[in-house]
Amino acid sequence: MQTPAPTDYVRATSVANAIALLEEHGEESRLLAGGHSLLPMMKLRVARPEMLIDINELDELRGIKIEGDEIVIGAMVTHREVLESPVLAEHYAIFREAEKVIADPLVRNRGTVGGSMCQADPSEDLSAVGSALKGTVVIENSSGRRTVELRDFHEGPYTTKVEAAEILVEVRFPIRPGAGSAYEKVERRVGDWPVCSAGAYVVVSGGVVSDCGIGLTAVGAEHFCAPDAEAFLIGKEPTEENLRAAAQLASDASDPSPDQRGPADYKKHLANELTYRALVRAAAASQGA
Amino acid sequence: MQVTITINGEQVTRDVEPRTLLVHFVREDAGLRGTHWGCDTSNCGACTLWVDGQAVKSCTVLAAQADGHEVTTVEALETADGLDPVQQGFIECHGLQCGFCTPGMMMTARWLLDHNPNPSEEEIREAISGQICRCTGYKNIVEAIQWAAEHPKTSEVNA
Amino acid sequence: MTAIEEVPLSPAGNPIGFGNMKRVEDQRFVRGQGNYVDDVNLPGMLHSAILRSPFAHAKINSIDTSAAEALPGVVAVITGKILEGIPRPSLLGDNFAWMPTLSYDTQAVLATDKVRFQGQEVAFVIATSRYIAKDALELIDVDYEPLPPVMDAKKAMDPDAAVIRDDKGQTDNSITDVHGHKSWESGNAIGTAEAIAKAEADPDCVVVTQDVMYPRVHPSPMETCGSVAYLDKVTGQLTLYTTSQAPHAHRTVYAMVAGLPEHKIRVISPDVGGGFGNKVGVYPGYVLSIVGSIVTGKPVKWIEDRNENLVSTSFARDYHMKGTIAATKEGKILAVDVDVLADHGAFNGVAQPTNYPAGFFHIFSGSYDYPNAHCKVTPVYTNKAPGGVAYACSFRITEAVYLIERLVDCLAAELGMDPAELRLKNLLRPEQFPYTSPTGWVYDSGQYEKTMRVALEMAGYDELRREQAEKRARGEYMGIGISFFTEGVGAGPRKDMDILGLGMADGIELRVHPTGKAVLRLSVQSQGQAHETTYAQIVAHELGIPPEDIEVVHGDTDQTPFGLGTYGSRSTPVSGAAAAVVSRKVKDKARIIAAAALECSPDDLEWELGRWFVKGDKERGKTIQDIALLSHGSLELPEGVEGHLEAMTVYNPPNLTYPYGCYICVVDVDPGTGQVKVRRFIAVDDCGTRINPMIVEGQVHGGLADGIGMALMELIAFDEDGNCLGGSFMDYLLPTSMECPDYELGETVTPSPHHPIGAKGVGESATVGSPPAVVNAVIDAISPFGVRHADMPLTPANVWRAIQGRPVRVDMAVE
Repeated sequence: MQTPAPTDYVRATSVANAIALLEEHGEESRLLAGGHSLLPMMKLRVARPEMLIDINELDELRGIKIEGDEIVIGAMVTHREVLESPVLAEHYAIFREAEKVIADPLVRNRGTVGGSMCQADPSEDLSAVGSALKGTVVIENSSGRRTVELRDFHEGPYTTKVEAAEILVEVRFPIRPGAGSAYEKVERRVGDWPVCSAGAYVVVSGGVVSDCGIGLTAVGAEHFCAPDAEAFLIGKEPTEENLRAAAQLASDASDPSPDQRGPADYKKHLANELTYRALVRAAAASQGA
Repeated sequence: MQVTITINGEQVTRDVEPRTLLVHFVREDAGLRGTHWGCDTSNCGACTLWVDGQAVKSCTVLAAQADGHEVTTVEALETADGLDPVQQGFIECHGLQCGFCTPGMMMTARWLLDHNPNPSEEEIREAISGQICRCTGYKNIVEAIQWAAEHPKTSEVNA
Repeated sequence: MTAIEEVPLSPAGNPIGFGNMKRVEDQRFVRGQGNYVDDVNLPGMLHSAILRSPFAHAKINSIDTSAAEALPGVVAVITGKILEGIPRPSLLGDNFAWMPTLSYDTQAVLATDKVRFQGQEVAFVIATSRYIAKDALELIDVDYEPLPPVMDAKKAMDPDAAVIRDDKGQTDNSITDVHGHKSWESGNAIGTAEAIAKAEADPDCVVVTQDVMYPRVHPSPMETCGSVAYLDKVTGQLTLYTTSQAPHAHRTVYAMVAGLPEHKIRVISPDVGGGFGNKVGVYPGYVLSIVGSIVTGKPVKWIEDRNENLVSTSFARDYHMKGTIAATKEGKILAVDVDVLADHGAFNGVAQPTNYPAGFFHIFSGSYDYPNAHCKVTPVYTNKAPGGVAYACSFRITEAVYLIERLVDCLAAELGMDPAELRLKNLLRPEQFPYTSPTGWVYDSGQYEKTMRVALEMAGYDELRREQAEKRARGEYMGIGISFFTEGVGAGPRKDMDILGLGMADGIELRVHPTGKAVLRLSVQSQGQAHETTYAQIVAHELGIPPEDIEVVHGDTDQTPFGLGTYGSRSTPVSGAAAAVVSRKVKDKARIIAAAALECSPDDLEWELGRWFVKGDKERGKTIQDIALLSHGSLELPEGVEGHLEAMTVYNPPNLTYPYGCYICVVDVDPGTGQVKVRRFIAVDDCGTRINPMIVEGQVHGGLADGIGMALMELIAFDEDGNCLGGSFMDYLLPTSMECPDYELGETVTPSPHHPIGAKGVGESATVGSPPAVVNAVIDAISPFGVRHADMPLTPANVWRAIQGRPVRVDMAVE
């Protein structure tokens, strides 16, 4: 098996301690969360941090809870906990639907929400979910905490607003009464990264769409979202024609690259088709169907 | 660095490099070679064991991360009472051929049954979907796990 | 379900003969007590790693290993230049830098002049740990001068293509086989061409031509390749623990490569974690572990990464096929002509019988009755890893079956005829066996129509077609795919088949101990097939000794007789026959001993399972256990009869065995996304007598998963720069439990007339037979969109593009 390059290891005792350790060890140190993105890259020797700061023991980063009108997911919550969370299932079906198709059960046992978000893989499913739901992340450093919109979180592939000596501590999502949500993914095989995924929430009130969010991943959509498609739908009835038109706008927001998962025209087609399917189910769920 | 991991109930203390992967610690340092590995990229699941009762891919955990924690491997499945029903199920249902993926498959199977004693076929298939078997085409692995579900350990029944 | 002849049960509850029996091997495997090569640890053992080329084609100007050598823990760094300086007194060359392939080509052990594929071996580091050896690789500085790579086999013979094998003085990328030919033909070229021309001119006939690519795939056993070598300098004894499907053949190759005396080489293949043809070849890594032990005087372990396994060891297929099939409009097949461009990679390293440069591909005429068939196969070098014959392919019968079964479906589409009906019209009839095919194969036995009707019945074929029609009417796309395959397995006979001059016959030894327990020593090598179980059952069937009383020894050249090993489904047809023959030898000797003890003539004795008795006096007899003790005792034996109860034999098969089967796959295709779901898979195999039906069925299950994998996801493609795009399990996708359905198995039993127990091989049948069933099902599903063919793998993208009428080229990078 491929093996990591030499590194050092320290276990953080608190968030504050982890930040202090990051400051102490500088640019070549990395936080080690679930490790299911970082360790594979270290084995390939693509990532070669000199110091790993393990935050697995930080219980303060765990837990899924409701605070006011927001759902708060701790950075060290595992994919499995998201998948099985009754709180999340009650408010957003999209979490369960997306998590069910992220990696595999063993990876989900260990991989974390914060780790996935900070890895910022351009094909990350949780990024599409986060963008669809217009969530925020809370980032902490030695001078305090700040909040960043998820739609402003990604600087580009594998880069985020989390600076050196900072920790993403939680992800927050607004609760939207009456919202229906859904997630659609096409993968070459179970456990593979998506060829394309689309997620959506829709609030239908008075027969028209009053609120919605669309997230896309693996197809080069800026910030994993499709704002023109969302704007188009507001105030419109969720008819097949309108949802199809919105899906086309979502596809227009994508800019996929060809790779072994498929050619660009196919991925653009999927952005359309999967957005449509997600919107149909989300709108139906919102209307209690 | 020095790490102490409780493996199958016994404390194992070794000096290791911080980069040492748990699968290598278990195989090379603790000498328990029932845990295998088959890929570089966390895809095959041959290295599956438990950390604190949770089935994980031990190629994607550092030994350092397991310091102070409990690890359970295939070698712990058999007890004084005999083979675990999962082991017996794999024998009864021809759930293995070359045997290389088998320890990982069985550790996931035991973990599944501990959480879900009567899984559906779909749930079994999903549970092992992060593990590759090249010999069996999975059908008999699924049946082996079903067999184990239908023949729980006596202690489980009592519990 | 399997109809098993009632056999008595042993005290342990095992069948004394054929039938379902729990596997002996499982007892250690379920306890994690298997012993695979990476589990071997010898005192003082060193570890190693191989530096591999990042380029597909590049000149090596220099290699600087000084920084690597300076790294603490590094014991030695070996380059091609160093190997050139190690003399090798053997007929096949004069130094260690090059080694022979199994097809009489040469392959670099470590590159000296240039690298010829991405992943080729460039330097070898020996260190005190695996981690340090990997660290040292990063410190080796190689000055490469990139050359244009030849990645597209179709352009390999272009006049301006770079010449890959300049080391051999070549001026182009053609491959000349050991017989001096640049392409290889079989069948009746003139007759086939005439028949096709006649059909083209005949308004009552049709001719269909289709390009069919069988892309490059990889066997990927779960255990990668590896070895632990130890050369004891005092005794000169080399012990090599290795992942080998053919330990004896490997030993002989090492004797040739290393110039070591063969009696001083012991090859041990311990438990092997799957092979599928991946562990037939001799790889540079194995040789390097031996060199490493020679250089350091210590045992040296080499274990591949998965990436190394995928990018450098035996791939499979890579056949660009053009098939032409002619038939009457009533659906009677008249002729098939095939032209193949074969991509062999940078070294011609195919593992196949010498007389068959395209393996057994020329069995492509398939299971059908028609007089004219012809193929021409032209191999070329490209800047890709060597190999070609692997992955349960029965020496390229996979390619042959895939081609003919696709062509038959294309013909059915052209004729507007149901593909089942078309097959039934053309299948060989029972009275035609033994049947000599248009390319010279002699099929031993078969009841093809019966088998196909069992499959159709199990599938509920007519009902499926009704369901399909209903679904199509409401815009849902399900497909039904049929494959009917004939395999030829169990190579030799030795007069026709050899590898590197080693005839394909296998030795076996059976020794019955005084107390009636026995040990059977095999030349073939299990990689999961459970030889320790089934071979004991064969002896039990012949001698009546309980299988638990028979120890089966294999995998150690010091402990077993010579033989060519396990691949091409040859264990049961060859070594299984040997086990029956050697048991019968022991039985014959037992008869003489029993007669001496019973003071009668051997002719007066009659056999019942486990016992000779006096005809007409059943009470008067001796069990095989009695006889074993007598044979070792003081009983006076007839003149010329030696004591003890043992025998050996070398089995030279008179012909291949020809297992066959009919597979039916049902899929659902989502045309909006191109996703394929395999809903059902019906497999009816006829492999003759089944020794252990449970194990037979298990092997079929595995092969069906292979077929689903190859048809839907497995692929090693390359980009134009020479990068391998299938170098990890993230990129080379293998099917999981979620893609595989709950297979439905059936059987017919048509024994092989020439095999002592009527058995045929089955290990590869499903891998050979299933890909066309899946592909035919998918194409059937999307045929309303005007699709007649699309190449594997039928990923969602490729299915969608086929529906759009813009199919992708699968063997190169997606654009």
